[in-house]
Amino acid sequence: MDSLPAHMRPERSFQGFILALQHFWAEQGCVILQPYDMEMGAGTFHPATTLRALGPKPWNAAYVQPSRRPKDGRYGENPNRMQHYYQFQVIMKPSPPNLQELYLKSLAAIGIDSAVHDIRFVEDDWESPTLGAWGLGWECWCDGMEVSQFTYFQQVAGFECAPVAGELTYGLERLAMYVQGVDRVYDLNFNGRDGEEKVTYGDVFLQAEQEYSRHNFEVADTAMLFEQFKMAEEACKKYLAAGWREGNRKQHLLALPAYDQCIKASHVFNLLDARGVISVTERQSYILRVRELAKACGEAWVHTEAGGAA
Amino acid sequence: MPDLLLELFSEEIPARMQAKAADDLRRMVTDKLVAEGLVYEGAKAFATPRRLALTVHGIPARQPDLKTERRGPKMGAPDAAVQGFLKATGLKSLDEAKIQRDPKGDFYIALIEKPGRDAIDVLAEILPVIIRTFPWPKSMRWGARSGKPGSLNWVRPLHAITATFGLETEEPDVVKFSVDGVESGQTTHGHRFLAPSAINVRRFEDYEAKLLDAKVVLDPERRKDSILTDAKQLAFAQGFELVEDQNLLDEVAGLVEWPVVLMGSFEQEFLTTPAEVIRATIRNNQKCFVVRDPKTGKLANKFILVANIEATDGGATIIAGNERVIRARLSDAKFFYETDLKTKLQDRLPKFEQIVFHEKLGTQAARIKRIEQLGAEIAPLVGADVAKTKRAAQLAKADLLTEVVGEFPEVQGLMGKYYALAQGEDASVAAACEEHYKPQGPADRVPTDPVSVAVALADKLDTLAGFWAIDEKPTGSKDPYALRRAALGVIRLIVENTLRLPVLKAAQSALAGLAVAADATKLPSDLLAFFADRLKVQLREQGARHDLVDAVFALGGQDDLLMIVRRVEALGKFLDSDDGKNLLAGTKRAGNILSIEEKKDKRTFDGAPDAALYSLAEEKALAKAIGEVKVEASAAVAKEDFAAAMSAMAKLRPPVDAFFDKVRVNDDDAKVRENRLKLLNEIRSATRAVADFSKIQD
Repeated sequence: MDSLPAHMRPERSFQGFILALQHFWAEQGCVILQPYDMEMGAGTFHPATTLRALGPKPWNAAYVQPSRRPKDGRYGENPNRMQHYYQFQVIMKPSPPNLQELYLKSLAAIGIDSAVHDIRFVEDDWESPTLGAWGLGWECWCDGMEVSQFTYFQQVAGFECAPVAGELTYGLERLAMYVQGVDRVYDLNFNGRDGEEKVTYGDVFLQAEQEYSRHNFEVADTAMLFEQFKMAEEACKKYLAAGWREGNRKQHLLALPAYDQCIKASHVFNLLDARGVISVTERQSYILRVRELAKACGEAWVHTEAGGAA
Repeated sequence: MPDLLLELFSEEIPARMQAKAADDLRRMVTDKLVAEGLVYEGAKAFATPRRLALTVHGIPARQPDLKTERRGPKMGAPDAAVQGFLKATGLKSLDEAKIQRDPKGDFYIALIEKPGRDAIDVLAEILPVIIRTFPWPKSMRWGARSGKPGSLNWVRPLHAITATFGLETEEPDVVKFSVDGVESGQTTHGHRFLAPSAINVRRFEDYEAKLLDAKVVLDPERRKDSILTDAKQLAFAQGFELVEDQNLLDEVAGLVEWPVVLMGSFEQEFLTTPAEVIRATIRNNQKCFVVRDPKTGKLANKFILVANIEATDGGATIIAGNERVIRARLSDAKFFYETDLKTKLQDRLPKFEQIVFHEKLGTQAARIKRIEQLGAEIAPLVGADVAKTKRAAQLAKADLLTEVVGEFPEVQGLMGKYYALAQGEDASVAAACEEHYKPQGPADRVPTDPVSVAVALADKLDTLAGFWAIDEKPTGSKDPYALRRAALGVIRLIVENTLRLPVLKAAQSALAGLAVAADATKLPSDLLAFFADRLKVQLREQGARHDLVDAVFALGGQDDLLMIVRRVEALGKFLDSDDGKNLLAGTKRAGNILSIEEKKDKRTFDGAPDAALYSLAEEKALAKAIGEVKVEASAAVAKEDFAAAMSAMAKLRPPVDAFFDKVRVNDDDAKVRENRLKLLNEIRSATRAVADFSKIQD
């Protein structure tokens, strides 16, 4: 790390920070993926986590995933809440025995020294009702701030994880703010340069936050979204039904395209929710509908080659 | 005798589970030892975030030998039976069996001697079973082994097991076993950051000492003590006083192995937010303590955090980091509070139309209307102003829709009071916004302001009536809607405020207000029986006898809880006196004779006795006394003077005693016998003025 030029150092530059994490996990044998090319609420939705967590085959991956939470938009006025932010996701299956140590080393790699910082593993059980998934683990605290989520997946898409995968999720902006010592996310130094050359997080994302907040809360076309939800749901079911090879339920050939539609339905639901057009009772039924899709996709996945089917 | 040291070293155990886990470990191991005939001298268990540890000392080195006898077949039994007996007992031939004679014949008896095993072997057998069946509230699988069935479940990944057994004077042995790939040994680790290297341990004493050197305070009580002492001192040194918080202390002691107490501050301006909100923010989100100014009692702009490391910079970075987070949190809280103040409580009410209270019981808005109506009905009975009660009932739930309560549910009610005062509501109305939730449990304060009392009663009665109407009553340990607590709340509100409130009628009103069809005849009495049960539990917890409650309830038509309590108190005092005890004995004797004779004659002996048939002085005296006592006791009961009613009853004692002394009930003359039985029946009915004595246990 000492050999890095100043503008690449994780405590100076947001991109340097991301690169340091990628570098660290690449060294641990993870495949470094690029973000999934669909809108989703969290890195867990990426098929590299949701689907790859299922089945017996080993799988180690790390990637940045832009995460969209339409309801969290604040028109760029809140210092740390946004409808679009980055998660850094690590998944290791089976969970290695030293996953906690690896996590702590990764913090050291981004400039968090455990000799002066108080790092803690505080109970936090994770559950995703839309993915039919749960796990046990912690939220990881650094000096009283939650900086990551650490989970041993027990079940995903309604299936027991065998073996169990360990999942790490870093809230990148929050961690980088801490490391850079800024109080407002938009003040993060993105490229690590000074003066004229400096690009901030605000330069990159502030306008987007303002525009998407308007979109999410005020103008997103709800009639279209309702229609899109239905279409995605139907398409998902159609692909799932069509994917069974020769019609017998032994091998599935369309698990990934079907799961894309599940991701789509989930995001459309989040947009509708942000627009406030889904009542409390309906809300539950939408969540259940997405979960049914996720479960059926999980079922299809375990009948694919990567899912471990013979 | 040798000692056992056991340590289960894992990834971080949730703080809230540690105390029970330590206790379970001690209980399970010692129970099993005793069941194996290994009676130990003492045991103690400990927990830190990363380990459960147990020391059991004074375990016998060997189990005692066991001798048992086993009876076999009769002499001359078929060969198959004999062979079976030999196989089961391990005897080589019948020559090794004893013969025992009993009335049914001569039987073979095998003497089986089971030599005791070494305790270390027994431990090697029981410890893995205990680990595999450990009752964690939630447990998980991990790692490569979790791909196979039967893998270990533990609260978080289990990394090492230390298990040694031996005498103080000798090098102990490792209790050899393995659980799902984790081999027992004698190697553990110190503090995750301050002393992570491996430590070799022999027995509990050096284990605890070596851990301390490796920056791990094993005993949670010691960690709590040191946190509390340091926190108090740190606050005191700056002229402040720690706001103590036992639950928080328990929790933070479960989050650190090496507690280091530090103090941070936040901006003065945040102190304009209510103290409870500041405390909730700092406590719930950051697990930090707050401090106050001892002179004014007001919160100071300081907080106390408990770190898990001795930082090389003396804690400066840790304090700065925590201050940043607390500043952001308080800034949110202040923003929420100020936003809340911009909306009047009543303007929030329409939103309740959209919020379902319970699928079958309608919206929150409907519930608030019912509470308002019921509160207005109850108000005059408890001396509350009707208009204020209605206003309070309308506003009492409104704070549920505020930002602050959304964030910190535990300040519900309290925020309602603040917001009500801020918008200029009457003091009683504002107080009721907070107090109508009370009492929350047996230790909680009971409100006394009549408006609070009326709304609190209406709130709880509506809840009870509602869930009764849809048949969601508590069963066994399941009481998801906290109905027992609600009923106890009603009882305490009535009794502690000495209120006269017919609960049957109140329950009827509550049921009538519901939109669901409710059985108007069965449900109110059903609900009353529930109150009776709760009252019994409550009185029993206060030391009263539950049978006395039964005796009073058995009179029927009792729905005035205050009077029931008064009667029970008076009855209890009466039965403590000799008069009471003897009268109870006499009444019971009368009752016993009656029930025997009633059975015999297949009839009852109701109706007035015929004075003309009295032949003995004791009969006449008793009849006269009963007549007088009845009048006197009923008059006293009518005046609700139960002590006087009991004194009147006491007058029955001498004539009852004399009657049983001198009079033979079962006279040869059938008419006299019948008359005497009727007289006995009169004793029973006279005592019913105060209670059903037959329900009272001796």
